[in-house]
Amino acid sequence: MLRQLRSAAIAVVVFTVLLGLAYPLAITGVAQLFWRHEANGSRVYRGGRLVGSLLMGQDFAGESRYFQSRPSASGYEPTLAAASNLGPNSAQLSHEIRTRLSAFVRGEGVYDRGLTAPSVPPDAVTASGSGVDPDISVADARIQAHRVAAVRHLALDTVLNLIASHTYGSPGGLFGPGSVNVLALNLALDAERAP
Amino acid sequence: MTDSGWLQIAVLIAVLTGITPLLGGYIHRVFSGERVLLARAFGPVERRLTRLLAGSEPAGQDWRSYAGSVLAFSALCWLALFVILRAQAIEPLNPQGFGAPPWNLSFNTASSLISNTGWQFYGGESTLSNFSQMTGITVHAFLSGAVGLAVAIAIARGFANRSSAELGNFWVDLVRALIYVLVPLAVVGSLFLVAEGSVQTLAANVQLSTLAGARQTLALGPVASQKVITLLSSTGAGFYGVNSAMPYEDPTGFSNFVGVLMVLAIPAALTSTYGRIVGNRRQGWTLYAVMVVMLLGAAAVAYSAEAHPSPAMRAAGAHGLNMEGKEQRFAVADSTLTTVAVTATGNGATNAALDSFTGLGGSIPMADMMTGEVIFGSVGSGLFGMLLMVLLAVFIAGLMVGRTPEYLGKKIEAREIKLVTIGVIAVPLIVLFMTAWAISARYGLRSIFNAGPQGFSETLYAYTSQANNNGSAFAGYIGFVQPHAPGNAGSSGITFADLAGGSAMLVGRFFPMFVALAVAGSLSGKRTIAAGAGTMRTDTVIFAVLLLATISIVALLTFVPSLMLGPVVQALTGRLF
Repeated sequence: MLRQLRSAAIAVVVFTVLLGLAYPLAITGVAQLFWRHEANGSRVYRGGRLVGSLLMGQDFAGESRYFQSRPSASGYEPTLAAASNLGPNSAQLSHEIRTRLSAFVRGEGVYDRGLTAPSVPPDAVTASGSGVDPDISVADARIQAHRVAAVRHLALDTVLNLIASHTYGSPGGLFGPGSVNVLALNLALDAERAP
Repeated sequence: MTDSGWLQIAVLIAVLTGITPLLGGYIHRVFSGERVLLARAFGPVERRLTRLLAGSEPAGQDWRSYAGSVLAFSALCWLALFVILRAQAIEPLNPQGFGAPPWNLSFNTASSLISNTGWQFYGGESTLSNFSQMTGITVHAFLSGAVGLAVAIAIARGFANRSSAELGNFWVDLVRALIYVLVPLAVVGSLFLVAEGSVQTLAANVQLSTLAGARQTLALGPVASQKVITLLSSTGAGFYGVNSAMPYEDPTGFSNFVGVLMVLAIPAALTSTYGRIVGNRRQGWTLYAVMVVMLLGAAAVAYSAEAHPSPAMRAAGAHGLNMEGKEQRFAVADSTLTTVAVTATGNGATNAALDSFTGLGGSIPMADMMTGEVIFGSVGSGLFGMLLMVLLAVFIAGLMVGRTPEYLGKKIEAREIKLVTIGVIAVPLIVLFMTAWAISARYGLRSIFNAGPQGFSETLYAYTSQANNNGSAFAGYIGFVQPHAPGNAGSSGITFADLAGGSAMLVGRFFPMFVALAVAGSLSGKRTIAAGAGTMRTDTVIFAVLLLATISIVALLTFVPSLMLGPVVQALTGRLF
């Protein structure tokens, strides 16, 4: 048994150095060399100023000229990333969804006449898994397009075209549905306004 | 439900079935000592490490000696990880200046990794330094996976042996598992994840002002290098608390699909390796078929359940998919497929909040685990867990026809069946006992987040997941309270949940493992009898059906009453709590 313990001790030390330092440091080195943008968090700059990450959803609440992100249970803060974890039969969850749904229909219905609760896509009224979901569904974006176009005095078709060019997904939706990256879309909108 | 959702499931199974014999054959060559291509590059490292650990002439070990090595190694791994966590405050690579996690949380976390579970009461990005993530979580994701792989190979050798009691040498197997299987796959996989958008840096978090003028902090770290091995080794401990839901950890639908393949690849391949070791590849395919059928059934039910609104959504007047706790890039198809894949295996790296799944949808991951993690299961332990069920099925069939049960030409006798029975019921006993204790004591109720039956479901899920070494969670259930204060000031563990869960993980890992090793030791060296007209073959469709029935009946008899109290209630009612 003593020999086993000796081998075990050596193994723990050697593998901690090899797998805990050499391996992650080597991967970090290669990643920083070849995938600088991704490895550092897909950061987005505008006019030299860091304004966010393409992979981290942001809060646009109260900014009617911007597309809104999905609801977040953790305040869109990546260091606190969390889902609501409320159960399927939770009265609190139901109350939250009802509040969001009526706010969505009221807010967007002004611009998208004929918008009713059954046509609101579920991603617009449910909190995401991470709290920082960077994407919304195409259906959600197309409803919000009416408001954004009106507030910015843009033609609806211009905004819908922007949505189409910022929709990403896999061939045939095989690995997930088509989604719209909200930050990228909003940045494109801001660029659109400038001549 | 869409065609593309079903198509994804079909593509996954097709690719997995294609990989299984290739990777399975490769793993067989690695462990039978044949020269593999990578030996050109890594042969010298392998030989040096082997000599260092096992001496120049590694001796074959019987099951007791093999188990002794596993125990010695795992005990020291546990100690090393516990010390790394508790000394976090004085270690380097801690840009956020986190203090050490409390002792009770560290106990739970060390047990979680050494037992290959990946249960996270801690929130990686808000509790652990980069040093702890690298030398703690990453290292022990590798090592616990390698231990499982080595033990499974040793057990398969025991089943195949005709005249020897030797199962191989643990240190030789451990080194080979790491150098030729886990490390090469991890290197390729982590670079793939980075290319897809995973983060990989040692820099501190970055503060910024968003487009709308809010403050946001980008949580960074060496994510990809850790993520990939937790996927491959069935550990599943995410770098972040929300695991694969975090875009920095699992950035795209495609990275998610490849991640699911990584989760399933080695446990699936081991069925093929097993078939080769015992000299009858159909034996391996039979196990694979049973596993695939159960996986498909679970995926179909979960997908259908989540494609409808939850009672909470219905009551609020919302329509469509149950998107609460799910990410848009995965939506329901990827979320449910991943959930089934990571709970059928012992992985647990979920990409959605299972706590918000519907009653029926949430009962699927529980049922996956309640089979004893034999639908592919964890790397290694899935295979030997399944072999215990095979012996049970053979025994039951023997009783039905009144013949002495045989498996691979070896008589299955009282000693083996006693061991198998103990091995099969031990983990369910822990699950039910711990759940009952936690739900009936005030200090157990502290961990519960949701009201009503969901609170019970959270508790049942917690102990099912921990005792079966899965690691996924109904994450409302907590064992650690952490105020958002600089450097974790004022955080504290919930002692009961941490210790009860930690103990469940350790016993749930090592007890069945040593029982399976004992069975292999008992079968090793048993004379084989030529198959006769009355021999029940174990590589046929009939046997596969029998095996499937045995697994289902054991799980159902054990767990249906407890499922009735939680998820089933919620599946049957529209009432809100």
